[in-house]
Amino acid sequence: MTALDMPDRSAPPAIDLEELARLRRRRLEKLGAWALPVLVVALSLAAWDWVVRVNDIPHFILPRPGRVWSQLLADWPLLSQALMVTLRITVFALALAVSLGGGLAVLFSLSRWVEMSLFPYAVVLQVTPIVAIAPLIFIYVDSPFVGMMICAWIVAFFPILSNTTLGLRSADRNLEDLFTIYGATRWQRLRYLQLPSAMPYFLGGLRIAGGLALIGAVVAEFAGGVAGRNGGLAFRILEASYRLNVPRMFAALALIAVAGIAIFAITSLVSHLALRRWHESALTRER
Amino acid sequence: MTAPLLAIENVTKVFAGAVTALEGMTLALNDGDFVSLLGPSGCGKSTALRLIAGLSSPTKGRIRWREGAEGALGVVFQEPTLAPWATVFDNVWLPLRLAGVSKSDARDRVEESLSAVGLGGFSGAYPRELSGGMKMRVSIARAMVTKPRLLLMDEPFAALDEITRFKLNDDLLALHERLGCTVVFVTHSVFESVFLSTRIVVMAARPGRVIRELRVSAPTPRDDAFRTSAAYAEQCRLTSAALREAMEDA
Ligand SMILES: Nc1ncnc2c1ncn2[C@@H]1O[C@H](COP(=O)(O)OP(=O)(O)O)[C@@H](O)[C@H]1O
Ligand SMILES: [Mg+2]
Repeated sequence: MTALDMPDRSAPPAIDLEELARLRRRRLEKLGAWALPVLVVALSLAAWDWVVRVNDIPHFILPRPGRVWSQLLADWPLLSQALMVTLRITVFALALAVSLGGGLAVLFSLSRWVEMSLFPYAVVLQVTPIVAIAPLIFIYVDSPFVGMMICAWIVAFFPILSNTTLGLRSADRNLEDLFTIYGATRWQRLRYLQLPSAMPYFLGGLRIAGGLALIGAVVAEFAGGVAGRNGGLAFRILEASYRLNVPRMFAALALIAVAGIAIFAITSLVSHLALRRWHESALTRER
Repeated sequence: MTAPLLAIENVTKVFAGAVTALEGMTLALNDGDFVSLLGPSGCGKSTALRLIAGLSSPTKGRIRWREGAEGALGVVFQEPTLAPWATVFDNVWLPLRLAGVSKSDARDRVEESLSAVGLGGFSGAYPRELSGGMKMRVSIARAMVTKPRLLLMDEPFAALDEITRFKLNDDLLALHERLGCTVVFVTHSVFESVFLSTRIVVMAARPGRVIRELRVSAPTPRDDAFRTSAAYAEQCRLTSAALREAMEDA
């Protein structure tokens, strides 16, 4: 057919200078996106090293980056075990936040009354500092692991709940009407309209919640975690500080930072993969 | 004579806040009619469509379907209103899916509906990959996939450029000719309403009401030749006059 509104599928003509410049700029930007952060980190490390060396600062006050690295390698059995503990709490808490936060959001979307009754509690949980609640939780919950998981969950679940609740309500009004006209059931409306509409919101919440779950896990451990072999990274930091083992404190801290970056990268990737076919946020825009 | 497909009998709609969106509208839609609702904005055109679609109910009066044809309708909005997360195929499948038709059972009907609007071969595309005109075609394919007796269109082409609009007007007429369904078409373009319609219902605002009804007697199917004919120009003149009268009345 010869519809006038079909896109032009013929081959592009030769590229002009302006386009060439734009192509080059885009390639440069792509390179800079990862090269610049790496450069900044390298420069900061060099500056740090230089300051310590020039001022002759002893390593139990501020270790040189190389010292932190060798400490990390030396303590790897200890620290990797602690990292696993912290990560396990984080992942469990995040999974719980996704299922409970998402589930509660669906419940809210089904009943305005339930939402009005329960939402204030969610807000209270969100605005009360977790360090203030944690000691109480550790009184009522016997298992420290479960206690820490509850703390991390409390911190992580609100962004998922509020984002998903908003998303479930943000379906296109005309599409809603269309579902009404075709006599959709409540279930069909949820499955085919509200859940897909809420997806970008939910994934945005997930990206925030991932980092918060890690923060929650670390904070909870400071507030009442276990010592010894089952301790997480927070315990190792406390322990090292008592022993004035500053290099190990830095090593543990670096691990927490890397874990946070990894969680953000993974949730961002999940979000990108889920939305890349259709959502504006995942599209690489021309111009 | 058979009963009209749909009879709007003295229908009034008053919204909360005492806005009379529509007052005493009476209109009978017969098989194969192409009826345009023409009027300035705020004259109750969308309200009338929503009442027909059963999305809201009349304050006074009633809307009666011919027995056995109840609710057999399709709707096209001003925006294409496609689900961005779903392919063209899945978007067109939606009305059937909501009626419990599986994907494999729906395949033939969906493909047929897509080729009827000139989009055969685009099943796998996502809405964002399509131009405005093509999205509107998908929206029309979706409305037609259930083979409705009545097609409601609320300013469907208002947001498109004129060239695309002409092309879609032609194709809509061809589709109407072939499927023989009844169409209620909301527009504020005199030219569009004259080109498409067999009947034009001119409406006025505050309160929204029908001022008069005009018949366009030019034979169907119509083509580009009609667009440049003296009969078309004359009909446009008459319709414009009626519309001006409606605006002065308001
Ligand atoms: N849901 C509503 N609540 C209150 N007033 C409404 C509502 N829908 C439409 N109206 C009012 O009814 C009148 C007719 O609106 P509408 O049918 O949308 O006009 P049109 O489609 O012809 O532009 C307008 O004055 C509008 O503000
Ligand atoms: Mg309108």
